[in-house]
Amino acid sequence: MANKVTIYIENKPYQVDEGLTILEAAKTVGFYIPSLCNWRNHDCSLASCRVCLVKVEGERRLIPSCAYNVREGLHISINDPDAVAARRTSVELLLSNHSMNCQACRKNGVCELLDVSRQVGARPDQYHGAKTPTTLDEVAPGIVRDTSKCILCGRCVEACKKTQGIGILGFQNRGFNTIVGPTENRSFNNVPCIQCGQCTLVCPTGALMEHNNIPELDEAKREGKIILAFAAPAVRASIGEEFGQKIGTNSTGKLAAAMRRVGFDKVFDMNFSADLTIMEEANEFVRRFSQHAPSPMITSCSPGWINYIELNYPELLPHVSTCKSPQQMFGAILKSYYAEKNGLDRSKIFVVSIIPCTAKKYECQRPEMQVDGVRDVDLALTTRELAQLIRRSGINWNRLPNEDFDRDIIGDNTGAGVIFGVTGGVMEAAVRTAYHILTGKEMEPVDFTPVRGLENVKEAVADIAGTKVRLAVTSGMVNAKKLLDEIKAGNVKYDFIEIMGCPGGCINGGGQPYVFPPMLPNEDPDIWETYREKRAAVLYEEDRNKPLRRSHQNPDIQKLYKDYLGIPGSPLAEKLLHTTYNTKREQYPDVTPETKPVTK
Amino acid sequence: MQLRKEAVEVVVQICDRYKDEPSPLMLILSDVQKEYGYIPMEVQQIISAKTGIPVSEIYGVVTFYNFFSLEPKGKYVIGVCVGTACYVKGGQNVLDKFAELLKIKPGQTTEDGLFSIDNVRCLGACGIAPAVSINGKVYPKVELSKVGSIIQEYRTIEQKAMEA
Ligand code: SF4
Ligand code: SF4
Ligand code: SF4
Ligand code: FES
Repeated sequence: MANKVTIYIENKPYQVDEGLTILEAAKTVGFYIPSLCNWRNHDCSLASCRVCLVKVEGERRLIPSCAYNVREGLHISINDPDAVAARRTSVELLLSNHSMNCQACRKNGVCELLDVSRQVGARPDQYHGAKTPTTLDEVAPGIVRDTSKCILCGRCVEACKKTQGIGILGFQNRGFNTIVGPTENRSFNNVPCIQCGQCTLVCPTGALMEHNNIPELDEAKREGKIILAFAAPAVRASIGEEFGQKIGTNSTGKLAAAMRRVGFDKVFDMNFSADLTIMEEANEFVRRFSQHAPSPMITSCSPGWINYIELNYPELLPHVSTCKSPQQMFGAILKSYYAEKNGLDRSKIFVVSIIPCTAKKYECQRPEMQVDGVRDVDLALTTRELAQLIRRSGINWNRLPNEDFDRDIIGDNTGAGVIFGVTGGVMEAAVRTAYHILTGKEMEPVDFTPVRGLENVKEAVADIAGTKVRLAVTSGMVNAKKLLDEIKAGNVKYDFIEIMGCPGGCINGGGQPYVFPPMLPNEDPDIWETYREKRAAVLYEEDRNKPLRRSHQNPDIQKLYKDYLGIPGSPLAEKLLHTTYNTKREQYPDVTPETKPVTK
Repeated sequence: MQLRKEAVEVVVQICDRYKDEPSPLMLILSDVQKEYGYIPMEVQQIISAKTGIPVSEIYGVVTFYNFFSLEPKGKYVIGVCVGTACYVKGGQNVLDKFAELLKIKPGQTTEDGLFSIDNVRCLGACGIAPAVSINGKVYPKVELSKVGSIIQEYRTIEQKAMEA
């Protein structure tokens, strides 16, 4: 327990923890001082935005509350007229260099800048002047950058550097010409960006967002395509947040109902193809493990992670499982087995995946991700984009019934599939099935808890009938880098490693709903610390409640192998469900006119 | 663009020079600028690999300070003053004229490597505004119509050197 000190806000005493900034301390006792550049408390404070100014007794000037620590007896005024006016001026100055078209901005409704503007009572058109030349990067499939909306808060710079250890984004130029962007103001496609979207989760404005692909969906509808959609596990754990539900609400039933009402012709649960991935991956692991080649094997279902290893450690690619991700496997099965059994013309099928991830937008466009010239997945829409589809379809979320996803020769799924959406879940699901492959028996109990939780690196040993299998699980590229450096140095401590691109796994993917505590009045003030656990708990609970919890017990999967694929790793399974990697990806490919962002 | 092997070695050596410094970036960049004349992307990537500092951060520093440049400077560096006095007397127009005739923007270098243009903040020659300096030689009260002949002066020098 931290020591307590007494501070006074508008002369009323409050007990707060020592060592906090005024901003943080005030939050613990019920005050949200507006802030923009500050983010997740201590994680970043450039103290550059000046929207958090307060009056502190004894100080001549107003104080940025995000960069000033509390101490015993400190008198603070948030509502001091000078402080109020100064905060308003700070915001008005930001707005004077901002492309203000909220009505047409996709961030409207979840925009922190707009929220803070309202909080401080910003007035229109207070300051006139030239605006900084702007850049619009819509080249990359995953994320887009529009500097006309950037307030130079630097949060994205910190997020990319601290949570991913990559450092794609930085401040460049100076003074009036300062912008935030990748080196040389390049597109995300021409730098070693993994398109994970973690930067979009922290951007307070519409400057960094997922690539909007809804227009392509409309195009496909106009062309009369048969639209087959499926939703990833993590989407059910968060989509309700977009419609005001508390973080940690399970929305599986409403999700299926909403997708149907949006007008997809079939709606499936991607847990099905997660089970399929486990069948292929667990078998691949058992094969590699017995041949000791090359050890450790690393999972392949996170496309952000695949981007990372291709761009930074291509020499370690032989360690990566050749399994496609569940998204791609589902697409490949829909356009082969499903189409054939239902007498559908492959070229008429348009596959849409609903995913928590911006990197999956990149993944589905990869040249490797097609079979006989037909793309596995035509479009990947994030949780946030699905919410927009639901909104524009006039659907009242609260009144949606709970429905089931479709089952039509495919679609059944187990608890093993649903935990794919959280760090450790792929490993746990794989262990459940690998146990069965190696022993012919079922692992009891079915839970394998050492790989659960949000620690940076989790280690475990699975005892499979006397054989010890050494496991490691990590997420976020800062952590992955440590493991990769060890492998590179020849220090092999594990047999099987699970790596996911985003910290905490897909539940915290770059396409998930934003978590901005000031805009979530019904959440606890420490929600920043707990939202990942709450979303993870949704998935573990769904797993617990499923009648079947092991991928190999999924009846539709068993039938798929019996009637079509043969066995895991069969030539047909290889063709449809496995892939190759690009060992020659350049970190900084030359910029061409097509890959240059638009500047004006 | 591929760097020559020797150039890579020079950069690596410079990085090694400061490997024990707590914040080596400015020291490295200054030395590279001095020894190499400019700091292109490829060099920034080497510095990044050696120091672990992201390229974006290095690029940020290089573009923040005028002292660093991303492109090689020309043999003749034309500094056009756009300080207040020169600006009032048409310094900006002079700058634009040089840019127009040389077909480059301030900060860039002509393809033949002969000229680059910088806009400078006051040469301390306000009495003779607008002023231009080329490799240290100051041209007073430059009129727009003179810009062409100033450029020609250097082209002629080069031509003579070629013929000799
Ligand atoms: S970023 Fe926010 S303030 Fe700016 S236009 Fe979009 S909604 Fe409005
Ligand atoms: S998408 Fe990921 S890697 Fe790319 S800039 Fe954003 S945080 Fe960095
Ligand atoms: S892009 Fe967004 S997060 Fe990054 S500096 Fe600009 S406003 Fe801040
Ligand atoms: S939040 Fe304190 S200065 Fe930006």
